Amino acid sequence: MSVTATCRRNLRRRTMTVGLCMTTLALALFVVALMLGQAGLTPTEVLEALTGRGDRITNFVVLQNRLPRALAAVLVGGCLGASGAVFQAVLRNPLASPDIIGVTSASGTAGVAGVLLLGISGLPLTLLVAVGGVVGAAIVAGLTWNRGLVGMRLVLVGIGVAAVATALTSYLITTVDSRDAAVAYTWLVGSLNGAGWPVVTVTAVVGILALVALALQARGLRALELGDATAAGLGFRVERTRVLVLLTAVVLAAVAVGAAGPVGFVALMAPQIARRLVGHASASPAAATAVGAALVIGADLIAQYAVSGVNLPVGVVTGALGAPYLAWLLARNDTNRPGGRS
Amino acid sequence: MLIVALVAASFLSLAVGSADISLESVWRAIVAYDAADPEHIAIIDKRLPRTVVGIAVGAALGLAGAVAQGLTRNPIADPGLLGISPGASLAVVVGIVAFGVTNPAGYLWFAFAGACIASALVWFIASRGREGATPVKLTLAGAAIGAAATSLVSGLLIARAEALDTMRFWQVGALAGRGFDVLGPIAPFLVAGVVAALFLGRPLNLLALGDDTAAGLGLNVGRTRLLVGAILVVLVGTATAVAGPISFLALVVPHAVRRFTGPDYRWILPYSAPAAAAILLFADVVARIVARPSELQVGIVVAVVGAPVFIALIRRGRAAGL
Repeated sequence: MSVTATCRRNLRRRTMTVGLCMTTLALALFVVALMLGQAGLTPTEVLEALTGRGDRITNFVVLQNRLPRALAAVLVGGCLGASGAVFQAVLRNPLASPDIIGVTSASGTAGVAGVLLLGISGLPLTLLVAVGGVVGAAIVAGLTWNRGLVGMRLVLVGIGVAAVATALTSYLITTVDSRDAAVAYTWLVGSLNGAGWPVVTVTAVVGILALVALALQARGLRALELGDATAAGLGFRVERTRVLVLLTAVVLAAVAVGAAGPVGFVALMAPQIARRLVGHASASPAAATAVGAALVIGADLIAQYAVSGVNLPVGVVTGALGAPYLAWLLARNDTNRPGGRS
Repeated sequence: MLIVALVAASFLSLAVGSADISLESVWRAIVAYDAADPEHIAIIDKRLPRTVVGIAVGAALGLAGAVAQGLTRNPIADPGLLGISPGASLAVVVGIVAFGVTNPAGYLWFAFAGACIASALVWFIASRGREGATPVKLTLAGAAIGAAATSLVSGLLIARAEALDTMRFWQVGALAGRGFDVLGPIAPFLVAGVVAALFLGRPLNLLALGDDTAAGLGLNVGRTRLLVGAILVVLVGTATAVAGPISFLALVVPHAVRRFTGPDYRWILPYSAPAAAAILLFADVVARIVARPSELQVGIVVAVVGAPVFIALIRRGRAAGL
């Protein structure tokens, strides 16, 4: 029994534990989300409604209002967490996340343009935003491509593209009257208010497919984290693996932003929180997915019910809640754990 | 070379506006001011302050970017990601919502105080634990504080529509309407920050070697980081207070400069200041020309014009490491 094998087993066990704890937390919050609201329900009533045996009103409230919203929260959080974990691992920079390198910003520009210029909402907006994110990522990749996607160069080009997208968004917001600006701004913060079944269905199908695709590439991702030379030595085709993994991450981010708008900092924070809970230099996407899901559904509950009578957008809460928590984890950590090379 | 560009940009900035004035008159207005000539009045009273503000803000931001990247050893660190600019934004929103501040001179101290408070928090969080404020912890703590501040800003703006109306213009960053009334009170801080930053070349070079090596070469790593951090806050705080958060400039300029000077901070710092100032002035001139008779905010132009140039630079060279 070698030391490394023991270490690896321990690490795997910790990852499992953290992932399970976070999944349980997300599930508990999910149930709470179905119970809370104008009409408070007991778990039994929720269960009856879910199986279609409740009275008509309860069924409607649970199935048409609360269930899609809760599902959307879990999906959006999970997708963002996984996406951020992949970006940070592949690009080896704790700041590299879809927020920073243009995917989210391009989605945001597409969304604000859709809201202000085309006046659309719901499913068409979701699709437009998701396409915007993928287009943004394609532009970044196209500009970076030079016999391969070099990590730091990709990040810097991404920041450039993000800056242009953000500037366009700001410009759009400064040219309309203040009422329209407020609508666009609310969308930009990220909100689950518009999450109905059509949006949730699309998000669920694409998001889960992308997560499965990511799970299938787990070995390639782990090899990439060891460095290009090592990965090539292990028999992986480095460039192809990197492109595929990042493409999956882009799809995850774009889908999440399409469903809820650019919810702030989940993609940046969730992997870091997961990494510090697991206590290892690389955050597993699975743990980050669970953390992201718990973070967003918890934040959405707070956004809905913390201030009575005010329905805050979820994006206001994710940062205000997740960021201090990460800061606390950072401050509490006494051991030296590298958070990525720079 | 850079100095020439800066002088050219200054003259353009004085000459171009809602009414174009020939460069010859600009020169005459400076050397032989005639109080009866409306062109001279426009130049000296309106455009000269704006140009001086542009130079000061640009120089401070260029240096701030280089210092931030050196301090965190992360080539994508900038004042926005380190939480300093979001802290300033939050303080400005609080100023608007709670105290009804409405003009740039009023935002000044709010923005400066916000930048200082945010960075003090970042420093406090990052320096807990055995290792002290390591670059990675600084970076993450900065991102976390930035995220929290940004979220609070969004919450306040959604709750208060009138604040959003003011903030959506401030947050882009602009030089319009910034005169000596804004620059004056904060100029001593800004000048002190710029001068101090120019002397950071050697310590930043040592920090870039890694903490152990730097300590081995006789550098007190913790104290140096604190000093560098304090200078960074003064630079970002003053620049943001005057012109709003134009953090992209701070990120880009050191990278562009590094392509010509190499990784030595003793060269990067003195080159970053005039380069950023010239870029900001050119962008401000473009901002005045594009959307006549009104104008764009300079922050938008910096991003739209600066980003393609930045990307071209990144593509041409090897990835600009540190």
